[in-house]
Amino acid sequence: MGSILRFRQLCYVEPVKISSLINQKSYEPAKNDEVGGVPNVDDVFEKENKKRKTKRQTREWRFVDNCCWVIGYLCTTWWLLMFMYNCLPVALPGFQVPESPGVRFKREGLTALHPVVLVPGIVTGGLELWEGKPCAEGLFRKRLWGGSFSELFRRPLCWLEHLSLDSETGLDPEGIRVRAIPGLVAADYFAPGYFVWAVLIENLARIGYEGKNMHMAAYDWRISFQNTEVRDQTLNRLKAKIELMYATNGNKKVVVVPHSMGAIYFLHFLKWVESPPPMGGGGGPGWCAKHIKAVMNIGPTFLGVPKAVSNYFSAEAKDIANIRAMAPGLLDSDILGFQTLKHSLRLSRTWDTIGSLIPKGGETIWGNLDWSPEEGCNYDWAKKRLQYPSSSENNSTNNDAKRGCRVVEPVKYGRIISFGKASQMPSSLLQSLDIKKLQRSSILKNASSTCGEIWSEYDEMSRESIKEVADNKAYTARTLLDLLSSVAPKMMRRVEAQFSHGLADNLDDPKYSHFKYWSNPLETKLPDAPDVEIYCLYGVGIPTERSYIYKLVSTEKCNIIPYRIDSSAEGSENGCYDGGVYMVDGDQSVPVLSAGFMCAKGWKGQTRFNPSGMPTYIREYQHKPPSSILEGRGTESGGHVAIMGNVALIQDVMSVAAGATGEEIGGDRIYSDILKMSERVNIQL
Amino acid sequence: MSLLRRRKGSENDIDSNTTHDSEPIDDEDLKTEKARREKTKKKNKWGCADSCCWLIGCICSVWWILLFSYNALPASIPQYVAEAITGPLPDPPGVKLYKEGLRVKHPVVFVPGIVTGGLELWEGHNCAEGLFRKRLWGGTFGEVYKRPLCWVEHLSLDNETGLDPPGIRVRPVSGLVAADYFAPGYFVWAVLIANLARIGYEEKTMYMAAYDWRISFQNTEVRDQTMSRIKSNIELMVKTNGKKVVVIPHSMGTLYFLHFMKWVEAPAPMGGGGGPDWCAKHIKAVLNIGAPFLGVPKAVAGIFSAEAKDIAVARAFAPVVLDNDIFGFQTLQHMMRMTRTWDSTMSMIPKGGETIWGTLDWSPEDGYDCSPKRQKNNDTKAVRQRDQGNRDLPLKSVNYGRIISFGKDVTEAHSSKIERTDFKNAITANNLANTTCNDVWTEYNEMSIGAIRAVADQKVYTAGSVLDLLNFVAPKLMTRGSAHFSYGIADNLDDPKYEHYKYWSNPLETTLPNAPNMEIYSMYGVGIPTERAYVYKLSPPSECYIPFQIDNSAEGENEDSCLSGGVYTVDGDETIPALSAGFMSAKGWRGKTRFNPSGIRTYIREYNHAPPANLLEGRGTQSGAHVDIMGNFALIEDILQVAAGATGEELGRDRVYSNIFKWSEKINLKL
Repeated sequence: MGSILRFRQLCYVEPVKISSLINQKSYEPAKNDEVGGVPNVDDVFEKENKKRKTKRQTREWRFVDNCCWVIGYLCTTWWLLMFMYNCLPVALPGFQVPESPGVRFKREGLTALHPVVLVPGIVTGGLELWEGKPCAEGLFRKRLWGGSFSELFRRPLCWLEHLSLDSETGLDPEGIRVRAIPGLVAADYFAPGYFVWAVLIENLARIGYEGKNMHMAAYDWRISFQNTEVRDQTLNRLKAKIELMYATNGNKKVVVVPHSMGAIYFLHFLKWVESPPPMGGGGGPGWCAKHIKAVMNIGPTFLGVPKAVSNYFSAEAKDIANIRAMAPGLLDSDILGFQTLKHSLRLSRTWDTIGSLIPKGGETIWGNLDWSPEEGCNYDWAKKRLQYPSSSENNSTNNDAKRGCRVVEPVKYGRIISFGKASQMPSSLLQSLDIKKLQRSSILKNASSTCGEIWSEYDEMSRESIKEVADNKAYTARTLLDLLSSVAPKMMRRVEAQFSHGLADNLDDPKYSHFKYWSNPLETKLPDAPDVEIYCLYGVGIPTERSYIYKLVSTEKCNIIPYRIDSSAEGSENGCYDGGVYMVDGDQSVPVLSAGFMCAKGWKGQTRFNPSGMPTYIREYQHKPPSSILEGRGTESGGHVAIMGNVALIQDVMSVAAGATGEEIGGDRIYSDILKMSERVNIQL
Repeated sequence: MSLLRRRKGSENDIDSNTTHDSEPIDDEDLKTEKARREKTKKKNKWGCADSCCWLIGCICSVWWILLFSYNALPASIPQYVAEAITGPLPDPPGVKLYKEGLRVKHPVVFVPGIVTGGLELWEGHNCAEGLFRKRLWGGTFGEVYKRPLCWVEHLSLDNETGLDPPGIRVRPVSGLVAADYFAPGYFVWAVLIANLARIGYEEKTMYMAAYDWRISFQNTEVRDQTMSRIKSNIELMVKTNGKKVVVIPHSMGTLYFLHFMKWVEAPAPMGGGGGPDWCAKHIKAVLNIGAPFLGVPKAVAGIFSAEAKDIAVARAFAPVVLDNDIFGFQTLQHMMRMTRTWDSTMSMIPKGGETIWGTLDWSPEDGYDCSPKRQKNNDTKAVRQRDQGNRDLPLKSVNYGRIISFGKDVTEAHSSKIERTDFKNAITANNLANTTCNDVWTEYNEMSIGAIRAVADQKVYTAGSVLDLLNFVAPKLMTRGSAHFSYGIADNLDDPKYEHYKYWSNPLETTLPNAPNMEIYSMYGVGIPTERAYVYKLSPPSECYIPFQIDNSAEGENEDSCLSGGVYTVDGDETIPALSAGFMSAKGWRGKTRFNPSGIRTYIREYNHAPPANLLEGRGTQSGAHVDIMGNFALIEDILQVAAGATGEELGRDRVYSNIFKWSEKINLKL
């Protein structure tokens, strides 16, 4: 910094010196005139005129000049700073970077042992263009999804068109091919500086991992799991890759690390690979036992996420609902012809995979109108939130509030979507929805078929049926499916051909050999591989969306989504509620129940879902926000994606990759009430 | 703000000083003086630094405005401009063939050559902090300038084993990005990929077989299991697409793939265990682009003195820059040290010895006319005229067989007139020429002055004796190299010794796989002068130096001469002589020969070089140069046809511009 200051001083001294020089020079001719003794008045006048002219000219120019000067000045300092920054040694003395787990493990002698397969989740993987419409000229093999998203701003409609899928088949539209980016670059960073897998990869590399024993199983996360195989042969490639890594790394089994939706994608793979050829991969019944050591699910969405419902229903989750409350005009009005929400609804409705995230297991898992497994649980984050604001006043209510979450007014989490006051009404007062009647009416009256070309199926619903849906009703995880098929029949038909959301009564029923059941842990058996370990690694301690209060908006105008989250609705004041959304413990995206239940109960020991008795381990990571800005997204975060930088999680993954078993890394590690919750779920095992 | 205020204050001070200094003037003038002063005050605000800032600001703003308008304009504008200037551009071959109904059929495998593939860092020393998974080779090469020594250290290999030095892991970039662009804007495979994509290719039907091009072929398998991966990927693509693959190796990739084809069918410990009909089952065609099957003379110059023609010319222009220590960075020596640790460069030493490359007085290319006219106009009149001219002057043929010769006079004299002393009699290591040469390892440090003299005294070296020469000047390097590569001609291919992997990449010492339905293409550019033989001189001794350098003062008598800047050139694609690229397909493998027992059909496709017509065309769509040919429309069209299912017959068989068949005729090789 010192040198910069000095430079600045120079800057200011110099002009002064020069000005003095110019002054002296400009006086000299004047003096000469005097000495000559012939002061010519005309001359002087002329000179003066000239000077005035130039003065005026300089005046006219001054504003622009000043601008230029400022810009130039800024640029120069910026460059100087950049230059200095680049000249500085990479590690400043005194600034101690905390040792990364990779470095420590390397010192302790850990080396790469088992090959590692990373399975990215939804949204985080990059997509690139292989064939497009004329509007996407010049974007060949450029990232459309991920990276800087610059095309989204430059040609939004073109971008949307290319990322949408065909609404009938759920595959590519005519003339457009958008494909997943292969390799580690697919999901190491989602956007510049926003890591997903990069930290884990770097730490693994420290103990000797590299391209030959680390593989990113990138897939097109928009299309259904079976379609990735049909269109891109992705599952076949993954199989070949795992077999190759097994063979070239001295017959060491692989450790699979799926994240988020990747967990159910890999579940699908496990069934696919052992199934006979036309539908499956034909690997034979021992394939998993032979090739896989452990599956370390990070933030798995095994039983679905409520967020997916609100996404399908009205293209909004909590974040968007808040924005909408603050700036109602912005998102709904047509900005440059770009109807943001509507378009994003249309986009996400063409993506089959969101259907894989709809809550599974129905009321048994997610609760019915009056009951839910999470009731009566005590959340740390609720306590914390109430401890901070205005100390003296709340001291007395603190204890009540703590209890409030469980005693005073139990939140009816089971009602995943409710309209208006239905969220807290006793169940006897609630009406039930007659789906068949509703659909008939929708055929009768096609309300607004003139509404542009945007396809969201809401255009095809009659106003009566829209109202019917909303009339003081509450929907549980079971009736939710009916709701969705009434508001978006085409989409749900597509989704239900690819995914199933039920709970199997008899797993030996031959119908369960169909691929649509493979990604639902409640309708498939784990493969016969007693040595494979299954881990559920997820963050806890962050409020996570669990159920929504909706309201009806006027349907007069064309092209408006008729439902939206009622962020003004009054809920119970107990910290579990925020702007139309009821919260529960989780990692901000996935509720604990969804991530942990299978490991805590569904698969624990020898159950009908886990006939060979694979050991399961739960590893929870308590969320701690980063202590300073320097830490970035924190090394102890429990957030759904930020957890990939959590040091404890990285250590666990690395230990297992280097050969440790679940027992050796300490078995279960639980902070939440997952065991209690699972206890309350009454499921036949 | 405080700074600004201070500035004003100080200015006023000085101004007032000047008023005191200047003599009192008449009242009349005082006003004008004041006005003047006021004006100068304002003017003085714009000092030098301010003007600089102003200038920079102006430039920046203009630049931003231009950038903005460029971005705001539709993307097709540059194309319109280009079309307005040059007339309508031809459709790229992908679009054209798509219209003709060609669609994706056979999966395609690319095998990049030396140098063009990207390398990234996986583990490094402290100096490479922050470069994890960043490209060290390829891309912008930013690190070469920022930390040159560190860069050299990380790209060098261990000079004993030819593998990673301890604590450093540099690995090839994988996927299509490995070699689509070498540097930003400098395409290698990108144009071909884009055209293939037009007819429906995508990631699942295209595979870039990226490998670490620095280490020897067999070591890519030992260290990275690269060949196992290629095998597994090809098998997967054949399985999922139900069609055999079309392999497109470029440059050294052709040798690599030759090695692969032997490896994959060889039994397990040394080979891939794919069984004797693996290639027949999985490969439809191998389209070799610019193949250095028989090696390149450039490789000799590279190993001998770390220079090829390009560097030699640079050295002539700026003798000080390249030889002196710039920032302690002895460019050439460091380059030499680095490239000498790369085993793969030795795969390209000319193979087949004097039988192929010519003896002291004979070479297959004898009588080649280097006149640039020949390339410029092909009309018969000019040719006839020149023929007459040639009849007048006795044709002075170039002795291409003498790959390295010391002194220009030696290259022209008849072999019987050259006095040669055998360098092998010279004393080797005992008294070292210079030992003070810190850590730069070139092996020349270990040679005595006598030995260096002796090397120069032998005067001329052919492809056969050049090996002895290299063995003499760089014994360690060559022992490492000869464990992985071989440069001879097999007398009896059934000899069990040829089962060793070091022979696999030499087409003259291996048989092609038993796959009669496979097709082999040699596709290469012609019409560019290509390095073939060198005139060397001893460089002036100094503290730490490479004792030999190309004598770039050696020029031919007239512009028609093949000698220019110490280098004899011949027809080729600027890097690879046509002989090396075409001989195997023209003769060695043509029909059923001992090198090609199953009679795999071979085709030669030559592409005559035409420089780009104007700047807008970039590197041209008709180029025949070694790398630029990847953007040659005719070549791309051929590849697309084959990938979409055409056979060599349908393509029109051979397409020859050079004298390759005549030259091959002259080579006396038992088939």
